[in-house]
Amino acid sequence: MDNAQEVVKTVKAPKPETAPKQRKGKSLERQKAKMGWLFVAPFLIGFVLIYLPLIFESIKFSFSEMHTQPGSGYITEFVGFENYSKALFEDPDFVRTLVTTLKDLAINIPATVIFSLFMAIMLNQKMRGRAVFRAIFFIPVIVSTGIIAGIDAQNLLAEAQQTATDMSSGNIAGASSGTEFISAIDIARLFSGIQIGTGAIEWIQNLVNNIYDIVNRSGVQMLIFLAGLQSISPAIYESCYMEGASAWETFWKITFPMISPMILVNTIYTIIDSFTSESNAVMQTIQSVYDSSGRMTESVAMSWIYFLIVILILAVIAGILSAFVFYQRRD
Amino acid sequence: MDNVNKIKSDPRLRKFDEKTTFWELLRYKYFTFYFFKRACWAIFRLVLLIGISYVVLFPYISKIAGSFMSREDFVDVMVKLIPKYPTLDTYKAIINDNEYFKALFNTTTLSLLCGVAQMLTCAVVGYGLSKFKFKGRNILFFAVIFTMVIPHETLQMSMFMKFRYFDIWGIYGFIAKTFGLSTEATPAIANLLNTYWPLGILSFTGLAFKNGLYIFIMRQYFKGVPDELEEAAYVDGAGVIKTFIRIILPMSVPMLVTIFMFAFSWQWTDEFYTGLFFTDKTKNWLLPNIVSIPSSLDTEYAAKETYEAAIRNTCGLLILAPLVIIYLFAQRTLIEGVERSGITG
Repeated sequence: MDNAQEVVKTVKAPKPETAPKQRKGKSLERQKAKMGWLFVAPFLIGFVLIYLPLIFESIKFSFSEMHTQPGSGYITEFVGFENYSKALFEDPDFVRTLVTTLKDLAINIPATVIFSLFMAIMLNQKMRGRAVFRAIFFIPVIVSTGIIAGIDAQNLLAEAQQTATDMSSGNIAGASSGTEFISAIDIARLFSGIQIGTGAIEWIQNLVNNIYDIVNRSGVQMLIFLAGLQSISPAIYESCYMEGASAWETFWKITFPMISPMILVNTIYTIIDSFTSESNAVMQTIQSVYDSSGRMTESVAMSWIYFLIVILILAVIAGILSAFVFYQRRD
Repeated sequence: MDNVNKIKSDPRLRKFDEKTTFWELLRYKYFTFYFFKRACWAIFRLVLLIGISYVVLFPYISKIAGSFMSREDFVDVMVKLIPKYPTLDTYKAIINDNEYFKALFNTTTLSLLCGVAQMLTCAVVGYGLSKFKFKGRNILFFAVIFTMVIPHETLQMSMFMKFRYFDIWGIYGFIAKTFGLSTEATPAIANLLNTYWPLGILSFTGLAFKNGLYIFIMRQYFKGVPDELEEAAYVDGAGVIKTFIRIILPMSVPMLVTIFMFAFSWQWTDEFYTGLFFTDKTKNWLLPNIVSIPSSLDTEYAAKETYEAAIRNTCGLLILAPLVIIYLFAQRTLIEGVERSGITG
């Protein structure tokens, strides 16, 4: 009884003020907006004080020549578009690598998205050992950035040198690489038997050779798709089942449209990820130019060219895809 | 009526009683088209999943196998995955010659610092971007996306210069001048290279490797947190900061673990930033630096390339081993965290 009385007391306690309260609410909102600035402050400070100067300096560097002075910093000298023209017309590797990389990515990016969607659908089904498979497929995300890729590249280089010396001494037996799962020649033989055109053969050959890369790159996308799949209400599937839709129809009429926002997100993520990863050939070219002495500013110019191309591709693909995305109205 | 008959004749809908024999039960349960179809699919799925797991795991299996091989195994044609004369010499040589434990300690310190800093910063910024309405919020969010898209190679030179000659808008120079630390002839310049400052500053301001992605994930997650929760806290008299620390952070521990794992492990295996900022390797011996052939191992013989490749792979395994152990403990929270993140928003 005491308790109940207390509750009644506390409920009655606030004074019935109406007009001042409204004003107070407004100021509270304003106060909250201020708090918002407080929360984003770390990023804002960093962005304004460090990131923007970095970008401006980077753009400045790309238009200039640089000389360091011992003890007192560096001086830059404006040279106009010289770095850009050097990168585009004089450097033997840059344009060639750029074109081949873009071609490779045209294969790899759709393959990565489709593969990760497929795997996510599989891993979303109820079965034994699902947790184990999920854990395995997520290992590459944690493990294979940077170091392992670097070591593999070193090993491949050593191996290539070895093969070259073997070839010159007439010994071809040691030519097969340990990292290849299926020999490309086998695939070529198989498909030339079917006769579906050299273009398709090349495409599939590339795909098979890149399977390791694709699997390694699709960890995060798989998780994003899994999250998307789990947000689809089971009631929709249930009603589909009751209406007698087959699994195939259910996929195309329900799962695919519902997951389409995730396809957009994942495509963009994959593009960014594969264009900016360290194992990307263009990135490696830029890095090697950066490391070679006296060409630092040229490498900056190269990466700006590259950045513009990436932004352009991103904009075009995002524009095309977002026309097809289906958004479910939740409210 | 026709339909009813059809349903009645459907074997799947037959009723069983005591009279049905065991064999009949078996037949109706297992020798049907539906069971067959499902079994086929399950087998196909299992084979595919195992196959792809193999693709993921094979490189590590072969690397682990190679790390236990002795010198003789590399010239032996019969040895494929299982070494004939297993040995720990490679591990011993790397741990002793390449100062593994020193590197491990340094990298752990650095990764913990960066992981915690990035986790907190991204959570705070993500919260600010999702729950508060203020002018310029969308511009700020666009800035976050922008930092994600720009390749870090573009900025590496200016970043190097920034931290080599560190001075924000001449503030440091001004302070140094007023305190008499520098003269016109020898201006004081803060050289932050070979310290933890550059990565610390980048982490605390949410500009380090992939932080745009973390902020994006945190923002989407906090958007899914109902406003009523915070309103209840406000009514009870808690301020915005108190609500964030006492209510929001504890409930988003899985997400925070996810972000921490990403930040920690990507910092752990990072070569780009550590290579850029730690130019003096003797002072800062980090894990990526241990990849080299230890001097106590003699590699000058017939199978030089494969042996050296195996040694380098062993270095890689030693770098990754602590990470994998942490991952095994955290993977449950990690995967659930991403699934619950509401990136789907």
